[in-house]
Amino acid sequence: MNKSEFFKPIEDAVNLIPDSKRTPLPDWDLETIRTTQMPSDTDRDALWDAFKTRFDLVHGKCTEGRADLLSLLKEESVTAGYVAPELKADLKPWLQQSGIEIHTSLDDSQIDTYEFGITRAAGVIAETGTIILKDQSTSSRLGALSPWIHIAVLPDDAPIYPTLFDAMNDLGNDPYIVFATGPSKTADVEGILIEGVHGPGIQICSRMKSRH
Amino acid sequence: MKTKQPIDAFARDLPPEIRESVYVGSKAKYDKRLDSLTQSFAAPDDIRKLAGQIKQHTLENLPEYLGSAIEKLEGNGAKVHYAKTGDDANQIILDIMRSVNATKLIKSKSMVSEEIHLNKFLEKNGCESIESDLGEFIVQLDDDMPSHIVTPIVHKNRKQIANTFEKAGLGDYNDDPQTITRRARSFLRNKYIEAEVGLTGGNFVSAETGRIALVTNEGNARFCISANKTHIALIGIEKVVPRDKDLAVLLNLLARSATGQQLTVYTQFINGPKSEAQPDGPENMHVIFLDNERSNILGSEFKEILRCIRCGACLNVCPIYRQSSGHAYRAVYPGPVGAVLSPLLAGKRYPEYADLPKASSLCGACNEVCPVDIPLPELLLRHRNKAKREGIKKASAGTPSMAGWSVLCSTPAMWKTSLRAGKAMDYISLNLIPVPAVQAWAKERSLPPFRGGKFRKWFKDRQKNK
Repeated sequence: MNKSEFFKPIEDAVNLIPDSKRTPLPDWDLETIRTTQMPSDTDRDALWDAFKTRFDLVHGKCTEGRADLLSLLKEESVTAGYVAPELKADLKPWLQQSGIEIHTSLDDSQIDTYEFGITRAAGVIAETGTIILKDQSTSSRLGALSPWIHIAVLPDDAPIYPTLFDAMNDLGNDPYIVFATGPSKTADVEGILIEGVHGPGIQICSRMKSRH
Repeated sequence: MKTKQPIDAFARDLPPEIRESVYVGSKAKYDKRLDSLTQSFAAPDDIRKLAGQIKQHTLENLPEYLGSAIEKLEGNGAKVHYAKTGDDANQIILDIMRSVNATKLIKSKSMVSEEIHLNKFLEKNGCESIESDLGEFIVQLDDDMPSHIVTPIVHKNRKQIANTFEKAGLGDYNDDPQTITRRARSFLRNKYIEAEVGLTGGNFVSAETGRIALVTNEGNARFCISANKTHIALIGIEKVVPRDKDLAVLLNLLARSATGQQLTVYTQFINGPKSEAQPDGPENMHVIFLDNERSNILGSEFKEILRCIRCGACLNVCPIYRQSSGHAYRAVYPGPVGAVLSPLLAGKRYPEYADLPKASSLCGACNEVCPVDIPLPELLLRHRNKAKREGIKKASAGTPSMAGWSVLCSTPAMWKTSLRAGKAMDYISLNLIPVPAVQAWAKERSLPPFRGGKFRKWFKDRQKNK
C-alpha cells in the first residue's frame, strides 16, 4: 500500500475533530517531572555518588580504579573475556598478567566462551542508576550483551547526567542507544525475580581515569 | 450457577489456582506501582494528565507527526512500509524475509504481532518464528495465549512451566524458576545467532527524530537487533509522540505503572540501521506502520483508547480481571483496555465482542491508575450505548429488562403501592425470584431490612405540622 492511501483515512479521521476541541501540545519542563531521586548537587563526584546509590538499588555494582575491578572479576573466578579494542591499551596488559585470557574481537559463534565483556559507557544517569551505551562508543553490541558479566567503563570525559530528562535531551544522532538500568531480569515465573535472563546477570559500572 | 454472560461463565469455571495466581500477581504489581509513583513524585496525578495530553494532542494531529517520524526514519536509512490490515503486515514481513533469503526469525515481545497472529502465519509459510521473551516463549511452547499485556504467563505456575519445558526437550522436570530461566537463556541464545531476521515492536516513536523507543527487562530485544543483519520493527500508528523530550514523561510513567520499576532495565532508542563501525546489528532496518482499524478508532467516539501505552495497570487494578483472568476476554488485549479495544479491533466482527464492555463494575479504578488518563469507564459506557443502539443481542445477554422499572418509576400510584408492598421483602427469600442474576447475588449476600416509605411519612408529617 502506498503512503498516501495509507494516510487518507488517518487524515479523514482527524479532520472530523473541530479546532475548538483539539488538545494543545502541553508545554512542560524538568520541574514538571521532578522526582525525589533527582540529585541536588551537580558536582561530578556528587553525581557519581548519587549514581552509585541508585545503581546499587537496581542491583548494579560500581567499581573505581583497576584494583577494585580486578578483585571483582577474581571473585567471579573469570578466566576469559572480551575487551573493547579501544580499551585494550589500558586494560589488556594487567588483566593478562592476572591470568585472564583477553579477546579484543568477538566471534558470535562462540559467545559462551566470553565470561565477561568490557566496553565503554557513553555516560550514566544519576537519577535512575542507568548506564548509557551508544553504538558509536560500544565496540560490539554483543560484547556488551552476551557475556554473563558486563563492565561498562565510564571514562573521565563521559557525562554523568543528573536526570533522565537531561540524558534524553542529549541523545545525539546515534542510530542505537541503550539505557541499561541494572542486570537483565524477569519475574515471569510466579513473580519471582531472576537476574540474567538473556543479557548480563552481573552489570558493573567501572569509573576509570584515562591514561592518555 | 447459571449465567448468560460468557465472561461470567469463564470466571465461574476458572480453576482456583489460576484465580489465585492472577489475583496475587495483579495485587503485587498494583502495590508496587503505587509505591513507586508516590515515592518519586509529589503529584503523580499531574504527570498522568500531562502524559494523557501529550498523547491526545499527537493523535489529533497524527498525519503531521507520523509523517515527520517517517521522514526522519527514511532519512536515517530505514525502509518504511504501510500495512492497512494485519494480513498486509504479515505479508510484508514474509516478503522482507524472502528478499533476504531468510527462513528464521526471532522476535521480542510485541502485542501488535499477537494482534495479527504473526507466528502462525510465518509457520504456515515455512518460516520459523521464535518468541524470545521468557513468558511469550512459554506461551508459544504451550500453544497458549498470553493472559496479560506485561506478564503473559501470570496464569501459569512453575509446575506447569516445568512440565512444558520437559515436553519440549529442554531438560528433565525441574520447577526451580532459576533453572527454568537458565535453560531458556541457553536455548534462546543459539536461536538469536541462527535467526537471519529480528523482529521487535516499538513502545514509542519520536516524530522529532524518528527514534523508536523500545523497553524490555530481559534484554531479548537487544539480542534481536544485535545478532542478525535485518531488523523489522512492527508498530501501530498510535505510538508516535511529538518530541524526544516527551519520551522522558512517558518512560517515567511506563515502568512505574507496569511493574513499579523506576525505569525498565533496558530502554533502547533505535533510529536506523547500525553505524558503519559497529560490527554487530542490522544493516537493513524495516519499519512497518500498522493501521488495523486504528484510523477508524481515531475517527470514532473511542479515540482516547489510542493513547494506551500497554502498561497493564488497568488490568492489575480491575476487580473483574482479578476474578476472571485475561483469557476470559477472548482476545489479545484483556482487562478494561481490552474491553474497550477488542470490539473495535474486531472491525466488522464487533458484535462478537460487544459483551466485553459489560465486564466492568464501572468503579473507575482503571481510569485512576491509567498513566495516560484514558477515561475507560466512560468509553465502556459509550460501547454499551452503541451496542444498545445497534441492537446487538450479545451485549444485553443476562441483563434483566428495565421496561417494568421504567413504568414503575414514571407512575406515582404504582410507586407508592410498591413501596408499601416492599415490606414483604423482609419475609420472602430472594432465592424464590426466578432471575439468575438475583439468585447469584443472593447466594453471597442478604438484603438489609426494608426501610422504604419512611421519607414520605416524615415529609407528610412535616407538612402537617407546619
